[in-house]
Amino acid sequence: MWWLEPLAVALGLSAFGIYSFWAALQGDHYAWGPYLSPFYSPELFGNSSHALFGPPPSWWPAAFSMFGVELHIPFSPAFLILWAPLGFRGTCYYYRKAYYRSFFQNPTACAVGKPWKSYCGETAFPLILQNIHRYFLYVAIVFIAFLTYDGLKAFTREGPKDYVAGLGSVVLLLNAFFLAMYTFGCHSLRHLVGGHLDSFSDSASSCTRHKIWSGVTCLNERHMMWAWISLFWVGFSDVYVRLVSMGRIADLRIF
Amino acid sequence: MAETREFQVFRGDRSGGKMETYPVEVTPGMVVLDAMHRIQATAAPDMAVRWNCKAAKCGSCSAEVNGKPKLMCKTRLDALPADRPVEVRPLRTFPLIRDLVTDVSWNYEVNKKIPPFTPKPGAVWRWKQEDVDRVQEFRKCIECFLCQTVCHVLRDHQKQPVFNGPRFFVRLASLEMHPMDGLDRLEQIKEKSGLGYCNITKCCTEVCPEDIRITDNAIIPLKERVVDRFYDPIRVLFRKIFGSASLTKPE
Repeated sequence: MWWLEPLAVALGLSAFGIYSFWAALQGDHYAWGPYLSPFYSPELFGNSSHALFGPPPSWWPAAFSMFGVELHIPFSPAFLILWAPLGFRGTCYYYRKAYYRSFFQNPTACAVGKPWKSYCGETAFPLILQNIHRYFLYVAIVFIAFLTYDGLKAFTREGPKDYVAGLGSVVLLLNAFFLAMYTFGCHSLRHLVGGHLDSFSDSASSCTRHKIWSGVTCLNERHMMWAWISLFWVGFSDVYVRLVSMGRIADLRIF
Repeated sequence: MAETREFQVFRGDRSGGKMETYPVEVTPGMVVLDAMHRIQATAAPDMAVRWNCKAAKCGSCSAEVNGKPKLMCKTRLDALPADRPVEVRPLRTFPLIRDLVTDVSWNYEVNKKIPPFTPKPGAVWRWKQEDVDRVQEFRKCIECFLCQTVCHVLRDHQKQPVFNGPRFFVRLASLEMHPMDGLDRLEQIKEKSGLGYCNITKCCTEVCPEDIRITDNAIIPLKERVVDRFYDPIRVLFRKIFGSASLTKPE
């Protein structure tokens, strides 16, 4: 049954990849009142009230030319931001393990033979670029701030001064929480906050760093769990906002 | 009445060999190594098995049980599927000597290439617990080399000339993170140990009988230190402007 885990991971990641690509292409039904789908947050340009810099940009090309074929891709705010979470998860140490095993079969499972003869690991292009993971982490932390703001703003469904908890408010706040648990358990963050020190006790600041490092280590020990929970929940949050926005379901008022 | 289970054990040497089947009377609490001893005692006194402590502390009885690298003395028979014979093979990554015994001496040659602990001049020999904790984990290694045998870089690609393997990343991490060690090891870690070949698929962590979090606590922290020195463009620029001592371990 060694194939079960890589198969489940491949199916899970493929399902999420296909759905998120489809959702990003839509460019519509990503917001409802104070709710904003995490696939579209922060919305830099767009038609919703969440857009930070106004309507869709005029510089968005009418068509993309690729191998002599003209592709007409309508503007979607998701295109401007999805590279960041994609890059963060794509270079994440946990996801690297997951997709090296499930997609690249490098190896598929422990002590199981593999179909490839040549191997250079992460010593050459393109995989050597995995080393820029910490830069995606910096962007991901900024995104956590936006998503937390979205989660809190989602409690203003009936106006900026009337705090109402709809089911969507809880969904979006949980989304920010799960993503924060995943992001703040990052291996690169663990290194940056203190892991690079050889001594945790030689100064007052290194003692503080040891405490932060211990906190990150605590989350890091469950990095895989948070990676999957946050991945599922971000997709679910988009589905929820989309269905409410399309009028297929009514947002449940909790209090 | 005692239960009898079938064992298929590799018998042979470098010139060739085959799986031999042995029925073994098993009793509750038996481990695979007990079964090998019973085979030696009853059916195959010439079968070669390396073992020593029978307590999962010497790291001698490593073998591949049902295709998975394990310590035979720590693998209970009641944890293995009862509906099929138990397969026991020698470690695949190392040259076979005979039966279940392999030549693991390559590992000791790699170990010799790692510069030993070199104290900082004038180091104060007083430790705090938080500093001890991190490197203490690496001291649990019993050198069973299960991590080495399961690592696909060594097992499937035979990168022994350029890749030290997880066991020695643990050793390098224990030295590199040591508060008293004064040697700059990052150049060696990047260039000579072949850290970049590791694609962190965590098989080493999965098989470690001492539960050392090899990938999370040794390999990835080393990778991040290598990134600090060689791949982080802002740090590289910063060092160029403000000097090498600004963002690296003192040399």
